[in-house]
Amino acid sequence: MASGTKASDTKPDHGIGAAHDEHGPSRRDFITTAALGWASVGGALALWPFIQQMNPDASTQALASTEVDLAPVKEGQAITVLWRGKPVFIRNRSKAEVEAAKAVSISDLSDRSARNDLMPDSAAASDQNRTKKDNENWLVLVGICTHLGCIPKGQGLSDQRGDFGGYFCPCHGSHYDTSGRIRKGPAPRNLEVPPYEFVSATKIKIG
Amino acid sequence: MSDHESNYTPKGAFAKWMDDRLPLMRMMHGQFVDFPTPRNLNYMWTFGGILMVMLVAQIASGLVLSMHFQPSAAAAFDSVEAIRRDVNYGWLLRNIHAVGASMFFLAVYLHMARGLYYGSYKAPREILWILGVIIFLLMMATGFMGYALVWGQMSFWGVTVITNLFSAIPIVGEAIRTWLWGDFAVSGVTLNRFFSLHFLLPFVIAGVVILHIWALHVVGQNNPTGIEIKTKSDSVPMLPFAIMKDAFAMAVFMVLYAWFVFFAPDYLGHPDNYIEANPLSTPAHIVPEWYFLPFYAILRAIPNKLGGVLAMFGSIAILTIIPWLDTSNIRSAKYRPMFKWFLWAFFFTVVALGYLGGKPAEGSYVLWARVFTAYYFAFFCLIMPIVGLIETPSKMPRSITDAVLGGGGSMAGAAAAAAAEKR
Repeated sequence: MASGTKASDTKPDHGIGAAHDEHGPSRRDFITTAALGWASVGGALALWPFIQQMNPDASTQALASTEVDLAPVKEGQAITVLWRGKPVFIRNRSKAEVEAAKAVSISDLSDRSARNDLMPDSAAASDQNRTKKDNENWLVLVGICTHLGCIPKGQGLSDQRGDFGGYFCPCHGSHYDTSGRIRKGPAPRNLEVPPYEFVSATKIKIG
Repeated sequence: MSDHESNYTPKGAFAKWMDDRLPLMRMMHGQFVDFPTPRNLNYMWTFGGILMVMLVAQIASGLVLSMHFQPSAAAAFDSVEAIRRDVNYGWLLRNIHAVGASMFFLAVYLHMARGLYYGSYKAPREILWILGVIIFLLMMATGFMGYALVWGQMSFWGVTVITNLFSAIPIVGEAIRTWLWGDFAVSGVTLNRFFSLHFLLPFVIAGVVILHIWALHVVGQNNPTGIEIKTKSDSVPMLPFAIMKDAFAMAVFMVLYAWFVFFAPDYLGHPDNYIEANPLSTPAHIVPEWYFLPFYAILRAIPNKLGGVLAMFGSIAILTIIPWLDTSNIRSAKYRPMFKWFLWAFFFTVVALGYLGGKPAEGSYVLWARVFTAYYFAFFCLIMPIVGLIETPSKMPRSITDAVLGGGGSMAGAAAAAAAEKR
């Protein structure tokens, strides 16, 4: 920089992007690239809290499980509870409904995965895989249609229950059977079985 | 400056096509790449860039905080605490924003002191300076309303005191105050409108900043000698010279900022603001945030309600007319042997007022606040006009190049520059 006049008279040569001639990249090129690279890493790291702040916070995570008392739900009745802001269908199925669900052959199903959060995706969509052993009458499902998120009909006594006697989503006409499996209509997957366990004979904990 | 010849040449077919339709890259290149900057700029000239970064940091962190904040009297305080405890990285984002306000004001005060010392307010930079004062006022309004949102005791009583200033206006004062509150006292209604305005004002600031930069690029930057760029050798291109210097200063500033964010986030605040707002009890000792203390001291120094309010607003308003109060045609205080000492005394006065503003309004604190308030106004109203007329400036270099290189071939120039540097 000893002669400012001379430098600006000739071609501008101010370092960045310049000065790599036949000798290959210069020391300045290295410094520039290293500095910009390091600044990019810092920028990317600084971005992380700004993205992560939009995920569910600690107070939301703390409400992640719900206990439900099943004692008042008689055979053939159903209740809907709220878990993580979503409706969960709990049905005390009649013997006929359980038998109908068990009688279905896996090959007749369009989605053959159990969709049970406690099982791997490869588990077959049998009724046994979607309920708890010795409590097969209890069907617990996330009550959200796997098509576009509506709440299917079937919990209320006067609800339309679709061609397979389970649930029927009025938004786009998806029919679910008595195990909550998709049988007809646009929905791609069976209704999800949330993680739950029996904490006593008549009480379950969801989540 | 804005008509300097840019060496922009579009690279590639698309750049050329674009350049014929919207020459945005040409404008950016001309204004921020090969724009001529004085070759003698010192580190006091890096605060403009730092302030840009601070504005962006405040808008970015404020945007994400607004996703979690609830502007109601019932929920505001708890939602701020939830941000600190529950929201993912909420503690970090909240600290970035709260400390950011202090760092923003620190940078703006240094930026303004630079302008005063080197005469950056003088012709032809009057509009540039006045736009700066407007930005400063908008910053104060934004900072004040943002502090209110926390809804702690200091927030609540700070809002009460500051909004009550408007009641000092004769006849319509009470009506204006009620209108500001939207209630018969400071309440959740007030909080809600402050939230709206606190969200809006930073974008207004960004708009005025664009005008500020535009005005700067029309007249060009001032520099430590106060001598305009005359020849090509007086300037260097903005990239890489000024940009690299700015980047380094920014990194150092960020270290200080980060230190406060991670190790002392509450050091610049006040513990009383962690008590939820209570309209039935005023804290024993209310003080504003540190960056308002000098003006708060001026308010309390005047033993009259309307007088105090006028003095406080006047202390900022007077900045807009200093380009015409200063009668000297020498810009830089470096070559003004008398004015320089009065100016350092003024800087001391502002710091002293800041100290006194944080002390209780009683005894000798009030007396000293009055002395310094008197000097504050005397500096602008008496010293600036009079010293400019009676002072003999010291010898100045003939050009920026002379000042840097110690003479452009002539001995006289070298001697003058050396004399100037010795000070």
